[in-house]
Amino acid sequence: MKPVLEIANLRVGFSDGTAAVRGISLNVLPGETHCLVGESGCGKSVTALSVMSLLGRGAKRSAEVMRFHDRDLTRMSDREMARLRGDKMAMIFQEPMTSLNPAYTVGSQMAEVLERHRHVSRAQGLDRAAALLGHVGITAPGMRLSQYPHQLSGGLRQRVMIAMALMCEPELLIADEPTTALDVTVQAQILRLLQGLQRQLGLALLLITHDLGIVARMAQRVSVMYAGQIVESATAEALFAAPAHPYTQGLLNCVPIPGKTPRDQPLGSIPGVVPRIGAGFIGCAFRDRCTHATTACSGDIPRRSVAQHHETLCTMAPS
Amino acid sequence: MIEVREAVRHFAGRTGLFSADRVVRAVDGVSFNLESGGVLGIVGESGCGKSTLGRMILGLLPPSAGKILVDGQDLGVLDRRERARLIQPVFQDPFSSLNPRQRVREIVGLPLAAQGALPAAKQRELAMDMLARVGLPDAMADRFPAQLSGGQRQRVAIARALVLRPRIVVCDEPTSALDVSVQAQILNLLADLRKELGLTYIFISHNLAVVEHVATEVAVMYLGRFVEHATADALFADPRHPYTRALLASVLTAEPGIPIPDVGLGDTYPDPANIPSGCRFHPRCPMAIDRCRSETPIPRSRDGRVTECLLEA
Repeated sequence: MKPVLEIANLRVGFSDGTAAVRGISLNVLPGETHCLVGESGCGKSVTALSVMSLLGRGAKRSAEVMRFHDRDLTRMSDREMARLRGDKMAMIFQEPMTSLNPAYTVGSQMAEVLERHRHVSRAQGLDRAAALLGHVGITAPGMRLSQYPHQLSGGLRQRVMIAMALMCEPELLIADEPTTALDVTVQAQILRLLQGLQRQLGLALLLITHDLGIVARMAQRVSVMYAGQIVESATAEALFAAPAHPYTQGLLNCVPIPGKTPRDQPLGSIPGVVPRIGAGFIGCAFRDRCTHATTACSGDIPRRSVAQHHETLCTMAPS
Repeated sequence: MIEVREAVRHFAGRTGLFSADRVVRAVDGVSFNLESGGVLGIVGESGCGKSTLGRMILGLLPPSAGKILVDGQDLGVLDRRERARLIQPVFQDPFSSLNPRQRVREIVGLPLAAQGALPAAKQRELAMDMLARVGLPDAMADRFPAQLSGGQRQRVAIARALVLRPRIVVCDEPTSALDVSVQAQILNLLADLRKELGLTYIFISHNLAVVEHVATEVAVMYLGRFVEHATADALFADPRHPYTRALLASVLTAEPGIPIPDVGLGDTYPDPANIPSGCRFHPRCPMAIDRCRSETPIPRSRDGRVTECLLEA
């Protein structure tokens, strides 16, 4: 199957010398949920923003390949990108209160998407908005259209964000921590909704999260990011059953599972903190926190295949 | 050790010039006892009143009605210094709860200085001792909060809370702002310190998996009341209240292959300024019957657990 989104060797650096993304490659297939998981500062959001060409000034992006279907994203002008963004490629952000415009009604900002991309009338835009609000499980969508974002609860706002992203029937949806600001009960509802929509519409979903629970329940494929690199990529089953990279193993030990993790024993934890990586850094970025580190970890690290469709960036992986 | 009797906290606020006063019933009649050395986990959605209750137990907010007693003594009659020696907080955000202009050793020493009566050298010694206990090397003592990572800042906040050797610590979402790998470090530290220093914790969190791991007993809070309160084992093994069941069902454990549950709560949202009649949970309850709309459930004790649900009778 041809991927909807194809990225090879993406690098993003900032003017202060930080190397935020250091050569990552990933594909998102049609109808697939690909989770990009990692802790804060690992570069997962920067990856999403660079796909959407939303990086601020001072950021430098380069990639061998960055394609949406057959279109080369690295060669697109701002204008072409603006046409694609919100149309066939849409994004949902973490905090719906800051990403919705507080000065416009829900209906007005939703209809605008269709007016801009499909050049339809306001009335047609509002019709589609109402239909989509119903589709994402909002009761009385007609009433919600005339409300402002501050009049909605967090869960409803996130539903509005999702509905808005679906206005032009996108083929790729990038969701950056879509439920982090929500209560657990609402989180489950929103994720169910996203999963349902994704199956129903055959969406390719790139889901960015720090929450391994979400990864386990949503992903077909997982890429684990650490300090700007993908240190392990695998199917969800393989990753949780047989994590190969010490960082992935450490992360999985850190999360208690009710009823399974013994209560009177300490949780597994990863000592130390995420390092700050500048340009020209060589070796494994995890080596200072890794209990298996050897001198080989300061050299070039090969990307190895552990099993079919399961790769890791570690010297100790079985070859 | 801690005894809370029908504690109530209401906030009055006007929404507009001509509209009626809006009374937010943040904590609406909470009672519990917590033994010395226990960890009471308080869970609930945002706006359920768990942080307000935490602030009341800290003595930062006087109750509108009811009583909070520590060792039989009313919190309201203790003065600030006495209270500070007894109860200390650890807050969620170590970025905003530490003074950015003070060095770590000043931050940790401040509670001692505020007590007066201790020579400066002794204050410094106690502060450094506590920093070592929470796992911060001496070199960190002269740094400013901005030079520390989130986990290190939370360690500073813990050291500051413990430097007076309080008996009770109220932890309000102590790990929610931290990454998972750091969260585990802080939870382990809190568990070690509790054993070493014989502390009692009130542990407020929205993360049930974390609460299950640290708490000895758990209270589930909904719109200002404890709807269920039981030992951690009993609550997680056999949740009785429909809201507790929904909360537990919505925990996404890191186990692939399990579908995302349908929590069945609908999309009505609880509003503490407009508490429903009858059982306050009935508009979202998947099991509600007609009686739930009109009849207010009273807390029922059975087998050492308390449940507030008409269907439990």
